[in-house]
Amino acid sequence: MSAPQPPAAALDAHVAEGELEAGRDSVPVFQRFMERIGAFWTLGVLAVLIVAFGIAAPTLYTKAAWLATSSFAVEYLILAIGQTYVIVTSGIDLADGATLGFSAMAGSLLMENLLASHVSGGVASFVGILLMLATGAGIGLVNGLIITRVKLPPFIVTLGTLTAVTGATDLLNNGTEITNLPGFVTTLGTANVLSGWLPVPVLIALALAVLFGLGLSRTRFGMRTYAIGSNEIAARRAGVDVDRHLVRVYMISGVLAGVAGLLVTANFSAASPIAGANDELYAIAAVVIGGASIFGGRGTMFGTVIGTGIIAVLTTGLVLANVQPFWQQVAIGAVVIGAVAVDRVRTRAGTD
Amino acid sequence: MTTVQRPTGGHGGAPARPVVEVRGVSKRYGSIHALRDVDMAICPGEVVGLVGDNGAGKSTLVNIIAGALAPTSGEILVDGERVGFKSPTDARDAGIETVYQDLALAPDLSVWQNLFLGRELTVRGPLGWIGWLDRRAMAQQSVTDLERTRIRISSVSSRVGRLSGGQRQAVAVGRAAAWGSKVILMDEPTAALGVEQQQKVGELIKTVASHGLPVLLISHNLPQVYDVCDRILVLFHGRLIADLRPEETDMDGIVGWITGAAMLSGGSTR
Repeated sequence: MSAPQPPAAALDAHVAEGELEAGRDSVPVFQRFMERIGAFWTLGVLAVLIVAFGIAAPTLYTKAAWLATSSFAVEYLILAIGQTYVIVTSGIDLADGATLGFSAMAGSLLMENLLASHVSGGVASFVGILLMLATGAGIGLVNGLIITRVKLPPFIVTLGTLTAVTGATDLLNNGTEITNLPGFVTTLGTANVLSGWLPVPVLIALALAVLFGLGLSRTRFGMRTYAIGSNEIAARRAGVDVDRHLVRVYMISGVLAGVAGLLVTANFSAASPIAGANDELYAIAAVVIGGASIFGGRGTMFGTVIGTGIIAVLTTGLVLANVQPFWQQVAIGAVVIGAVAVDRVRTRAGTD
Repeated sequence: MTTVQRPTGGHGGAPARPVVEVRGVSKRYGSIHALRDVDMAICPGEVVGLVGDNGAGKSTLVNIIAGALAPTSGEILVDGERVGFKSPTDARDAGIETVYQDLALAPDLSVWQNLFLGRELTVRGPLGWIGWLDRRAMAQQSVTDLERTRIRISSVSSRVGRLSGGQRQAVAVGRAAAWGSKVILMDEPTAALGVEQQQKVGELIKTVASHGLPVLLISHNLPQVYDVCDRILVLFHGRLIADLRPEETDMDGIVGWITGAAMLSGGSTR
């Protein structure tokens, strides 16, 4: 940064004469406190969950439990990263789970056929992974174009592509899974660093969260993403090409679904046509638990990571505590509603 | 900003060179004449009021100057040069800023983000190529811009949604003043404000104009127009029928022009 650093006080503009109405905040202390702590309260919830489940099931603190929890979280986190961008624009991407499944199947089918025609595993992996990412981007492009050109609500458009893409996934290989994959892809699922404590897929997911988190909070693209979700007309009047921006946001969501498709395929050493089914619900839940507003304009990647963590710990914690698995979904549903309720209290002050 | 002396009122002073001129502008929608052959000019430092009854053509005229509408005939000149705006962005690039009635602010963005939305500053070097924001520079510049218009906001990092109605108004005007180099168009800027805040926005308008940046104020709030403006233009059925100076008329006089009564009785100041 080239600009000299001003004293912090200089960022507060106080002009004695001719000042405009300062508007004393009449916001209750509790609400101001809640707004100030921002997404950090969810971090507290995550900590409480980890302690509580640790007491109920001490095996939560083992390496095996950590690997299970973090590997479980990978696909949801990657989808939730893209979903965060979409939700901040006040949109929603119901199709990202289906996109995961379709791109994984499409890329794997290509890899299987390339291997069958004696193409080297490296080339097959490269081309197959490219196809997964391109397929994801393509579905995102279709979503974005229909939303901006035909001017239909994102909920309806992505509900439609969710259904259509799910059907198309079964068409690819008659609804059966693909297991003949290049070695590069299958080892990707088992590779790890830090003497086995950090699986490579988890590392990739966290790196993507940092990268896209910085993109959201520190770049022009991110700032305009918030602006569109906060007041689309204001963004248009400020000269932002809102339609083009939205198309790109849905493409980001699609590409990330392709990445998630790759990692899920790597993890199971197989591409399944039912991979990713219903994942969008967990991804949306993670973003909302993380403090994003479904009305747009608000949300952070940090919150999304914590939200995904809460879902993952709830899931493994309940398993380890020998609770019937059906309760997992009940618990996650309750947490989503609880999170939105707390968020409402937290922000009632700020939204006039 | 150019150095200009503010018109002192009355007809005595030498007329300053107009920054924005409207020449023979008409706008027709089918058989409806929204504007008929309107001529007007705005000089540096002036606050010009634009009044008229609903449907008199105020919004049409403002939208034409702001680049949101194309005139059917006639021309707009900025600094004596003919311009053909195809969009509000063109008008903005030419130094014409508009403060909309709904303010067009993003409540979830901070004050400085709203000031720079669409014109963000990025850092130099490779990070700048991917659009990495120079947040510090924008925050600093926002403080300077708002200080110049004597706007007091406790912190430019405050979310706009947390500000009072008057403060939001100030941010919208401050943004226009910061970016506008020719004229600020204000469409009913005080419609949603209380009396005290209306007065403060009035002072804000005067402050902006005293820096040389003229303001075209469209308002139904006649006391404010009377109080703030150096000249008051009256539109009546698409025609510009009067160019009044507040010291030469009173509120009843203005109302007479707006309703057309003054025209019937034969008075004219043009």
